[in-house]
Amino acid sequence: MKALLLSLKKFFVSLQLTVALLILSLVLVFVATLDQVNLGIWAVQAKYFHSFFVLWHLPDTSVSLPVFPGGYLIGGLLLINLTAAHLYRFALTWRKLGIQLAHAGLILLLLGELFTGIWAKETFMRIDQGDTKHYSEAFRANELVLIDHSDPKFDDVVAIPEAVVADKKSIQHPKLPFSVTVREYYANANLQMRGAGAAPSPATAGIGTQLAALPLPVTYKPDESNLPAAFVEVSAPEGSLGTWLVSPGLGMPQTFQYGGKTWEIAMRAQRQYYPFSLTLEKFSHDRYMGTDIPKNFSSRIRVRSDDGHVDREVLVYMNNPLRFEGLTFYQSGFDKNDTATVLQVVHNPSWQLPYIACVMMGAGLVIQFGFSLVTFFRRRQAPPAATTSTPTP
Amino acid sequence: MNRFARLFTIVQRFLPWAALLFGLAYLASALRPPATKSAFDLAGFGRLPVLVNGRIKPLDTVARTSLLVIQNRQRVSDPTNPVPLTESPDSWLAELLFNPAKADTYPTFKVDSPEVLDLLGISPDDTKIAYDDAAMRTLAIFDFVPKIRTRFSYAQLRPKLAELDRQARLAEPVDAQLRTTFQKQVLAVNEHVVLYLRLKASVQVPESKDFLTELVTFERALPAGINAILAKQKGEAHSDDAVAAMKEMADRFTYLEQLGYLRTVPPDPDDKDLTHWRTTGEALLDSFGTGRINPTVMAYAVLGHAWRSGNAKQFNEVVKLLHDEFGKRFGPALQKSDVESRFNAGEPFYKAMVLYALAFFLAVVSWLKWPESLGRSAFYLTIVAFVLTTAGIATRMWLEGRPPVTNLYSSALFVGWGAVLLCLFLEKIYRNAIGLVAAGSIGFVTLLIAHHLSLSGDTLEMMRAVLDTNLWLATHVVVVTSGYAATFLAGFLAIIYIVRGVFTKSLDRATADSLARMVYGIVCFATLFSLVGTVLGGIWADQSWGRFWGWDPKENGALIIVLWNAVILHARWGGMVKQRGLMMLAIFGNVVTAWSWFGTNMLGVGLHSYGFMDAAFYWLIAFVAIQVALIAVASVPEDRWRSFRTAGN
Repeated sequence: MKALLLSLKKFFVSLQLTVALLILSLVLVFVATLDQVNLGIWAVQAKYFHSFFVLWHLPDTSVSLPVFPGGYLIGGLLLINLTAAHLYRFALTWRKLGIQLAHAGLILLLLGELFTGIWAKETFMRIDQGDTKHYSEAFRANELVLIDHSDPKFDDVVAIPEAVVADKKSIQHPKLPFSVTVREYYANANLQMRGAGAAPSPATAGIGTQLAALPLPVTYKPDESNLPAAFVEVSAPEGSLGTWLVSPGLGMPQTFQYGGKTWEIAMRAQRQYYPFSLTLEKFSHDRYMGTDIPKNFSSRIRVRSDDGHVDREVLVYMNNPLRFEGLTFYQSGFDKNDTATVLQVVHNPSWQLPYIACVMMGAGLVIQFGFSLVTFFRRRQAPPAATTSTPTP
Repeated sequence: MNRFARLFTIVQRFLPWAALLFGLAYLASALRPPATKSAFDLAGFGRLPVLVNGRIKPLDTVARTSLLVIQNRQRVSDPTNPVPLTESPDSWLAELLFNPAKADTYPTFKVDSPEVLDLLGISPDDTKIAYDDAAMRTLAIFDFVPKIRTRFSYAQLRPKLAELDRQARLAEPVDAQLRTTFQKQVLAVNEHVVLYLRLKASVQVPESKDFLTELVTFERALPAGINAILAKQKGEAHSDDAVAAMKEMADRFTYLEQLGYLRTVPPDPDDKDLTHWRTTGEALLDSFGTGRINPTVMAYAVLGHAWRSGNAKQFNEVVKLLHDEFGKRFGPALQKSDVESRFNAGEPFYKAMVLYALAFFLAVVSWLKWPESLGRSAFYLTIVAFVLTTAGIATRMWLEGRPPVTNLYSSALFVGWGAVLLCLFLEKIYRNAIGLVAAGSIGFVTLLIAHHLSLSGDTLEMMRAVLDTNLWLATHVVVVTSGYAATFLAGFLAIIYIVRGVFTKSLDRATADSLARMVYGIVCFATLFSLVGTVLGGIWADQSWGRFWGWDPKENGALIIVLWNAVILHARWGGMVKQRGLMMLAIFGNVVTAWSWFGTNMLGVGLHSYGFMDAAFYWLIAFVAIQVALIAVASVPEDRWRSFRTAGN
């Protein structure tokens, strides 16, 4: 038993494991980069990096075989290998300070990436000039919402995530006096006007009666987005209230009356509400004279918190984000002929780790290689007999 | 015999000084103003500033980059005629701007594709070159001079331009990555034709026989014409002829305004926005409001008149007048455009390329003969070449007001520069000419790559908003590019080790050991720089896109270099590889770096993709194949190597 433990320890401490893992990660990164041409960046991240094994889907079956270790497995083993080396192999001496520091920095960097993968959330906020927003929207995730408009001061929103909608089940919610059943769901669809002789629409109410939803293959291209659509039936105890077509691609709100209240039904990008609001005072977009090359975009933003303690103006532009309430707002794009701004909103509690890791690794390597260089020059000055070819790690 | 020996000793002693003298003379030739045979002040004309692509630059740069783009070289010549058709790029541009009918006959469009030639109605018979001279005919058989024409004049293309335009419209909507070779070439040629037409419409109506007279007549008729138009608007009596004449001129000016490429007219004296340069067409349309013709437009018209009538004196006077006018308000910009045109004429990178090649040969020969004398000669030449590239890069930095690396072209310059700097240090320490051979080859190759990258247009580009930060360009980009340079250098040193060891007897134990130490040291340097550079890039990405790491192809490329260098170091520390293994790993580092540098851009996806480079793809494949072949050569057992076969047992 002890022998087994010892050999296990030897395995995890060994440099051979380090080299093997480095080569594996190199191959993984290379193949994943090439595969971006086919899958796009998001699918590649899920398939290669945010996984324990890269799965290969056997054609014409539902069987997937693990063919290569994934990012989590390689990263995890590398982390164990590094930590083990710290514990057992690196002597705590001044001469080894550089190595210690560099590897500790690397551990921190890997942990930082892990935490980012777990905690970081990216959303975006699109604000028209003069408008105020107190929520941001998800890039890809959508939600089915039922909104009770009866109180003029605020809306009561029940949101059902797209993943639940995709299950095509019947949904009941304590806040809803009716049940919601998803009849049809398409992850990506093209909405068209219904032709004269076409089969009747599954929708019985709202704009959906005049529209047809044609399913499209799911796209992975970074510059395209999927437009989901669903036919949703709302049933009260007395019977069906109707079936609506919902999609983020529909502009007009669809409403119905039930129990003396006005309800709105819609599918929209998932929202995240904040206890503060941003107002776009002005968006500027400069181009170099006589070209379309953007020179700068910037948004003058007014930040106001709901509790009234914050009310200030900031300028957000490229490479100069606004950090506020644990969120970071980046200038990401523009819209509507330069009258609307698009801010990327990132929540990442571990954003500082790479900065610390960078300093540690840089300093560690400089110390380490500096030592080697000094030793090298000392040896050259010493008599030739002292010159040997053993490297100094 | 004795006399010869003494002669050789003297030659050996003076050779390094001769090399140094030659290098310095060559360097000085870059500083000398270019000689002109023409009576026209073409150099002064080339220094005139215009605003193009967001930057004020001299006409000289416009002439050179336009020629590079449309015909891949700066010289305008016909293969059957040893004398160039125009004296310089500047005189070609003058011809194109002022006397386009003549410029249309110069073969300045490079078209290689047989399919596109067919489309343009140019048959294989048209492309054959018939040399009058028997000697030339013989040379052509052996490919010393071209057998077929690859460059054609606008006049030759003109009959089929409508069809080219139609094909380009068909190809345009297709995704860049999905286009066929034919579609890509059609689009390229069409783009060149459009650039040519736009240049032609920059200072005068191209078809006009005498634009100056036209303008003078117009200015004289302008007050009456404006009155006639105003009268017509109010419904009063007016001369229909005067209105029609104005309308005709307005149409011609609108054509110039829509097509004109160069912004030749500086902002009006009362305009505070100094970037507000206008095209000739815009300035002429403004004359309907001001009642007079803009003086700069008029000056260019006079230049055109003088050029066509061969009046060099008048031409030179107007050039000087324009310089004086620009100097009043655009002193610093004019100074920059003066320096830039001198920089163009000096061709520091081309001259450095020649010197690197020379130094490379001297250094290689020094391993066989006269190590001290030839080695030192090569050292001096390398130093001069390095000074030239340093000056060239520094000039570019000053012109742009940017850190050294801003695009792919400048990264090639900087990779070469950094690698040569490291080589000079190595040479200072080891004095065995290995650093010089590496410097010569890397210096030459990177400048050659840079030359090919420059064929896509002006290399001093404006920076897109996200890149517009000197802090990150100066840190991340410079550091990571230094990492590329060091990884390449380690690979080249390893190639020297393998080639000398396997194919020659010159690799003794001491040299082999010192090469191994060099490679090890350079790999350490490469690890440090590529790691820190990559992490800095992550921090920049965090600042501008809100994520530290996004698995973008270019980021992955940088990561792969770091990983590979780490593999080399750990394999060495763990005793998994010895000298030979170290060399093989280092050579593979070349493959990894080349892929990260260029391969990732060829994928055509991601935030960092600068464009799809077809021709470069085949070179990349060839480069990788050579590296793999060298690794295969290295795997021959050591006792079969020529150097070790005799040295061992």
